[in-house]
Parts: sequence; C-alpha cells; structure tokens
Amino acid sequence: MLASFQHSKMLRAIRHKNILPAISAFRAFSSSAKEMTVREALNSALDEEMSADPKVFLMGEEVGEYQGAYKITKGLLDKYGPERVLDTPITEAGFTGIGVGAAYYGLRPVVEFMTFNFSMQAIDHIINSAAKSNYMSAGQISVPIVFRGPNGAAAGVGAQHSQCYAAWYASCPGLKVLSPYSSEDARGLLKAAIRDPDPVVFLENELLYGESFPVSAEVLDSSFCLPIGKAKIEREGKDVTITAFSKMVGYALKVGRILAKEGISAEVINLRSIRPLDRSTINASVRKTNRLVTVEEGFPQHGVGAEICTSVIEESFGYLDAPVERIAGADVPMPYAANLERMAVPQVEDIVRAAKRACYRSVPLAATA
Amino acid sequence: MWISKTIFNHFKSRLNFTPNYAPLSLLSPRRFASTIAQNPSTFNSIHDANQQVIDFPGGTVKFIPEMRFISESSPQRIPCYRVLDDDGQPLANNFVQVSEEVAVRMYSNMVTLQIMDTIFYEAQRQGRISFYATTIGEEAINIASAAALTRDDVIFPQYREPGPLLWRGFTLQEIAHQCFSNKYDNGKGRQMPIHYGSNKHNYFTVASTVATQVPHAVGAAYSLKMDKKDACSITYFGDGGSSEGDFHAALNFAAVMEAPVIFLCRNNGWAISTPTSDQFRSDGVVVKGQAYGVRSIRVDGNDALAIYNAVQAAREMAISEERPVLIEALTYRVGHHSTSDDSTKYRPANEIEWWRLARDPVARFRKWIERNGWWNDMAESELRNSLRQQLLHSIQVAENIEKPPIEDIFNDVYDVPPSNLREQEQWVKDTIKKHPLDYPENISA
Repeated sequence: MLASFQHSKMLRAIRHKNILPAISAFRAFSSSAKEMTVREALNSALDEEMSADPKVFLMGEEVGEYQGAYKITKGLLDKYGPERVLDTPITEAGFTGIGVGAAYYGLRPVVEFMTFNFSMQAIDHIINSAAKSNYMSAGQISVPIVFRGPNGAAAGVGAQHSQCYAAWYASCPGLKVLSPYSSEDARGLLKAAIRDPDPVVFLENELLYGESFPVSAEVLDSSFCLPIGKAKIEREGKDVTITAFSKMVGYALKVGRILAKEGISAEVINLRSIRPLDRSTINASVRKTNRLVTVEEGFPQHGVGAEICTSVIEESFGYLDAPVERIAGADVPMPYAANLERMAVPQVEDIVRAAKRACYRSVPLAATA
Repeated sequence: MWISKTIFNHFKSRLNFTPNYAPLSLLSPRRFASTIAQNPSTFNSIHDANQQVIDFPGGTVKFIPEMRFISESSPQRIPCYRVLDDDGQPLANNFVQVSEEVAVRMYSNMVTLQIMDTIFYEAQRQGRISFYATTIGEEAINIASAAALTRDDVIFPQYREPGPLLWRGFTLQEIAHQCFSNKYDNGKGRQMPIHYGSNKHNYFTVASTVATQVPHAVGAAYSLKMDKKDACSITYFGDGGSSEGDFHAALNFAAVMEAPVIFLCRNNGWAISTPTSDQFRSDGVVVKGQAYGVRSIRVDGNDALAIYNAVQAAREMAISEERPVLIEALTYRVGHHSTSDDSTKYRPANEIEWWRLARDPVARFRKWIERNGWWNDMAESELRNSLRQQLLHSIQVAENIEKPPIEDIFNDVYDVPPSNLREQEQWVKDTIKKHPLDYPENISA
C-alpha cells in the first residue's frame, strides 16, 4: 500500500516521542510524508508572505546578517535585501515604536523580539501604541503588525529569559495572541497573523524550533492559513479534557498515551489561539468529558488556566464532575540549576497526577473498602 | 596572521557579492564598510608630528598623545535663527518671502488658535468640558510649521499642536465636537478633550503617552521612503519629551535608516513644573542632534517667519537627501500645562505676564503684516469678533448634541467585532430598552 520509504518514515515519526499524531493525521501520511521543523515552518511562512506582499518587512536584532538569533529568518536578507529585512540597534522600545509607526502608515512589519522577555522594554508601544490605536482613533489608525519571538521557558537560561507572557498580552483588548505547537500550527498561524489587520502577538517556543512534524501538501501550499480563534483537538477522548498550548501540547499528548494505558481516555486540546480563546471548543469538550485539567508553563496567578476555568464555570458549571485542575509553572522566578529548573516547570508526571485526581483515581481503590 | 587574512578575505568577498535584490543604493556598501577592520599590519600612518591614524570599526580616527576631554558644554550656546526682531522688523533680507495670501492666512490661523484656546479654557473652567490644554505662546510654531509643509506630509503630534489641524481645514465645530465627545466627534467619544486626530488631514490621533509619537514618525517616514513619496513626516514634542527613551532611539534610528523625518522640539522652558534646568544639562535639545548624526538647527519659536523658513528648508533636506532633521524651537509656555495645573505655584506670575504680552508671537507677526499693508485694525477686530461668535456658537451646538451611540463602546477594538463583544452589545441594548429610566437620556440605544 504505502511505499516502503514512506512506511519507514512513518514508523520513525511514530517513534519520535513528541509528535504522535491524532488519528486524523494518520490519513495525512498516506498523501504526503514530508516532515518539517518548526523553524523551517516559520521561515517558509515568512518567505511566502514577504513574496506575496511587498509591504511585509522584518525588523529585529540579528534578523539580517546573523540570519536570526535562532535562524528563523535565515536566507531572507539575501533574498529580499536590507530594505525589507532590517537589523535594528539594541532598543526594543525604539524599534517597536518605529515598527508601529510604519504600520500606522500602511506597511506590514513583523517585529522580532529575541525573546518575549525583552518585549517588556517595548510593552508600552505594543499596548498603548498598537493594541489600543484602532479604538482610540475611532478606526482611523489600523495597525497590521506582528510581534513574534520565543516565549516561556527554554533550557538553562535563568529567570530573566524564561517568563511566559501569554497571560499578560492576552488580557489586553485590541491584541490577538497566538501560540503554535506543531509546524502546521507555525505555518498556518504565522501566515494568518501577517495577513490580519489587527496587531498580533505570536508566541513561539525556542525548544520547539528544532522539532520535526509531519506536514501535508495542503499545509505546504503557499495559500495555507489557519483561522485565528479556533483551537484544535489533537486527541479525542471522553473522560477528561486537557487544554494546553505551545510546548505543553506535546506533554499533554504524552499524558494522553500514559492515561490510555490505565483506561482513562483524555481529550487534548491545542489552544492555538490565546486571545480570542476558543471557548466554545473548550466548553463543548468539557460538556462531553465533565472534567478539566488546564496546562501552561507560565506563572499560576492570573494565568491562562485561570481564564479557562472561569469560562467553563460561566458556561458549563453544571457539567463539571470534579474541580478544575490547573497545572502551571512554579510561583518563583525561574532558577538556573538543572534540577531546580526541572521542578519549576510542569512535568508529564504532574499532569498525569492532576488528570487522575480529576478522575478520582489518585486515591487507591483499596482504601474505600 | 592567516586568521586575519581569512577574515579580511571573507569581508572582501562580501563586498564583491552581488545580491539578487534591487540594491538600495546607500545602505549596503556603507554597512559592509563599517565592519571591515583593516589588516593590522598595513595601517596608515601619517607622519605629521605626533599624528597617526588607525582604522577601528566605525572608520579612521587620528590619535594624539594628549589626554583631552571634550567639555560638557561649549563656551558659546548654539545661536538661534531669527528673521523678525521683537518689533516685527526683518533683520536681513535673506529669508524666503511669504506671499500676502499665505501671510494673512497664517496670521488668521494664529489668531484663531489663540481665541479658540481662550474660549475653550473658559468653557472648562465653567464645567462644560472636563479638560483642556492651551497652546498660548506657541502659535507661531503651530501655524508656521504647518504652512511650510504640504498636505502629503504626515503629522505626528504630541498634544500641544492643534494648529496644523486648523491650518489643514479641521473646523472649530469639529474641535468642539471632540472636546464635548458627542456623536459627531470623529474620534467617537473615545478620548479626553484635545486628543484630535484625522486621517483626512494626515494628522495622527493624539495619544497621551509622551514621546511615543517620535519613533512612530520615523517608522512612517521609512514607509514614505519605501513608497518613494514626495513627502516627509514631522513630529512635535516638548523639552520634557526629549528625555524619554523613545526620543533617543528615534533619532538614532532615523539617522541609521536615513528616514525623511523632521523632529520639531518645542522647547518652551517647562514640563509641567519641571524647568529645563532640571530636565537636562546639555545646551538644550539642538546639541543632541549631532550626537546621533542628525542635522539640527535652533530657531526662535516665536518668530513665524523663522519657523516657516526653517521647516521649509528641513523638509527639502529630509526628502531629497533622505535624512532626518532636528529643529529646536525656543519658546515659552504661556498657559498652564493644562486645566489641571496652576503654574503660578511654581513660576512667578509676572514672568508669565511678560511673555504673554511683550513676547506674543501673534502680535509680532501682526506688526510685520501690517507694515506690509496687508492688515489693519479693522480687519483685526472683525476677525476677532467673528471668531468669538463662531466659537461660542460651536460650543453651544456641540454641547447639545447627543453623546455617541452604544455601539461605539464595542466597535473598533478589532478590525472585525468579535462575537463576545457583539453579544455584550446586544445585552446592553436590550437592558436599556427594558429599563430606560435607569439610563441617562442622552445616550441612544
């Protein structure tokens, strides 16, 4: 049926721990067995959008000559020239303000932050000059800008390089906030972000850049685009809903496989879009499973999980059979030492335990006798 | 030795590399040139007494055996360009002449601004609007700079520059609508008074954030350059605004990006209660230009003709040479910072009065146009009376118009209203219909 070449690729893909696809994606294999890293996905999305629209241009530190601090913008300076790929001086506040000004006048900048931790220097421009402008100017100033870069914990980079900003940006009306997991997400969501007339914060993850995912021919097409505001059900299940975004989706899928061995069928939702949040998909899932575990790497207080929990209580309270479990990073600045860092971010075991608690399975059955 | 040769050859080969994009002209060769460190074994030496030269990244510098610090200040302050003296007499004949039509239009607009400010200030004091900030003392900067630009030049104001809007045809009635935030406000009642903005007039909406407009203007200038438009952007800010990080990043970038932008600093001596001596210790703002590689000039901000000449020249340089220009207009903030301020608390009342009367830029320009036979007392009183009537009428009209409709809370957050906001809008409208007595009468559901 399948050529042996494609067959062995498929097996390799299955063995690759992080990307076991949901049932539906198996079908994609039979049409195309191409794989792509998230880095390649982002690079190709930028390339195609710059080629399609001469108003799209990139700016950021090291995006040009250095080919991008994480090589996401590799080859783009050579292809499009220094007018469209701008290496900026070191001032996030400065280049963000300039990018916003260019967007005010009608260009479509894609501004890279080396990590979103550095976006704090520019946050006034992101919120006050970009997010609120369409509203404050009564529709006269639209800001079709994308802010992208790695977000959240990496590995061994310490407190000032590890914070997750999803909750901060997603609380602000006027912004759209996206966070891809797979290469398909990366391509589709980045293209959607660049084409969107509103300012978009695009939260990537450094550790995912090198990960490979299968991509179908549809995904590889240059017109491919994912809708903003729609979550994806990565794994269907009926006992407990697990929501996650970015790297935690991979963990949640692992958790799904582990729980399956114990007879718990978990439904894993890849949020893709933090603002607007796909409340209807989340609520529909909870109404089916009656249990919810939210997963994020960021700090717990006022986090994404808190918002999801409230949304479910507002719309599906009667359907909950157990309290909502919220798994988040530890409430401490990220430590550096490897053992401490490991304990400061959610691990697969934490999510498994939470799912079991939600399913009343964490107390041994023997105790009820 | 072989390492530096390899590096040298690498950079050398980069110079010969022909990119497959349309070359932008100035940027690429200069970029590569600045990163080339010359092979250390062949540096130039000029045998002239003690002088030798070496190539560090950034270019050739001479070196000297004496340790010389550059002084923190020059013995002389940078001089100030002026065309008319205090009495409205030209100091020389080397200025760009302004026609009677333009001069009279400039003068009328300056008077309009002056009277508009007086009357709206009073309206705030009477409780009819919540807030106002005047531009008294800075009418020349406002109007003359606008007169020297074209309609295609994009304006990024701070908040003390309604003049260019008036010059471009924004009416007193529209000003009143914004200050009263009624349903005809083209800002849909979203902002405090004086936060005007109009696409039609190429004037970007005022934001309260200080100096954020400065890098915005640079970004817009870059867009204009990429579109090859015969236009520049201009941005206004005060002496206080020049302390913000955004000012420094913007000037630095504008020079590197070679953006056609005019930075016009209204150095009016005060940032609320902070005098310039507490704001910076440099010779004002003009000297900061050179630090960033930006051409700059200091101008008498109360001299309409000097402002006109300087802005016109700056515009020409900005567009044809693709460079930023900094203009520091020295002036005095005659009014309080805003209606929330009483400046007599931190500066002497007689100082304010002196600047208001003896150094009034409007009166000074009036003397010049009268001397040319283009204006007289009768025209003056006609204009002032007519303006007062218009303004009082505009205020009365604006005050009695309905406030913006409920929809305007919910739209423009995004390009397309999201479902949650559309739902909420419906709920609010339904609630108002059900309980009309619980809501004020002047909102339309």
